[in-house]
Amino acid sequence: MTTALAFDVIGHLFILSSVVALYRVLWGPSIPDRLLGLNVVSAQILAILVLYAAKEKLHVYLDVALVYDIFGFVGILALTRFLERRRKEESPR
Amino acid sequence: MIEVLVYLFLVLAAVFNLMGLVGILLFPDPYTRLQASSTCSTTAVISVFIAVMLEAGFSAITGKVLVITLFFFVSSPVGAHIIARYAWNTGIVPWRKLRKPAPRPEEGPHD
Repeated sequence: MTTALAFDVIGHLFILSSVVALYRVLWGPSIPDRLLGLNVVSAQILAILVLYAAKEKLHVYLDVALVYDIFGFVGILALTRFLERRRKEESPR
Repeated sequence: MIEVLVYLFLVLAAVFNLMGLVGILLFPDPYTRLQASSTCSTTAVISVFIAVMLEAGFSAITGKVLVITLFFFVSSPVGAHIIARYAWNTGIVPWRKLRKPAPRPEEGPHD
């Protein structure tokens, strides 16, 4: 019972820290800063999902966490590919 | 006994998470921010996973969290590497600390 309380406390701390890390996504000076903030926020939301699943003893959130992790990785890969291609098309002019 | 280990890993996760946040907010450069954020957030999230696995014991939750841990252990450093390569290809110059202040004009060149 007390470990459930500890999971709850750490989950709320991760929520607060993801809000603080969202500063880099919103006001990051350059594009890699925004991508970095997105990476950090996605990792922390993954931890929040796993903590909630362990607190409530629900297996469904673990499947959601796995798919969220895969899509976060593929999303960052696709974003960098897209931005590099756009930069190469813009630069020769 | 297991509960003590669970609390230990949760406290470790909180400490690493706060250190990563300080690095993200205060460091001067995308590369240094990337170093702080990738190492600290990976360590914090993996210690959360270890705590959850220790608390759940031998059950289905442990297996699923183990799969998530293996994938995250691969995907997070690779994602950080992709971002660093993009920053390098874009032409962002790494931050460099000045060793000494510029010499005063009456002293002339230093060597």
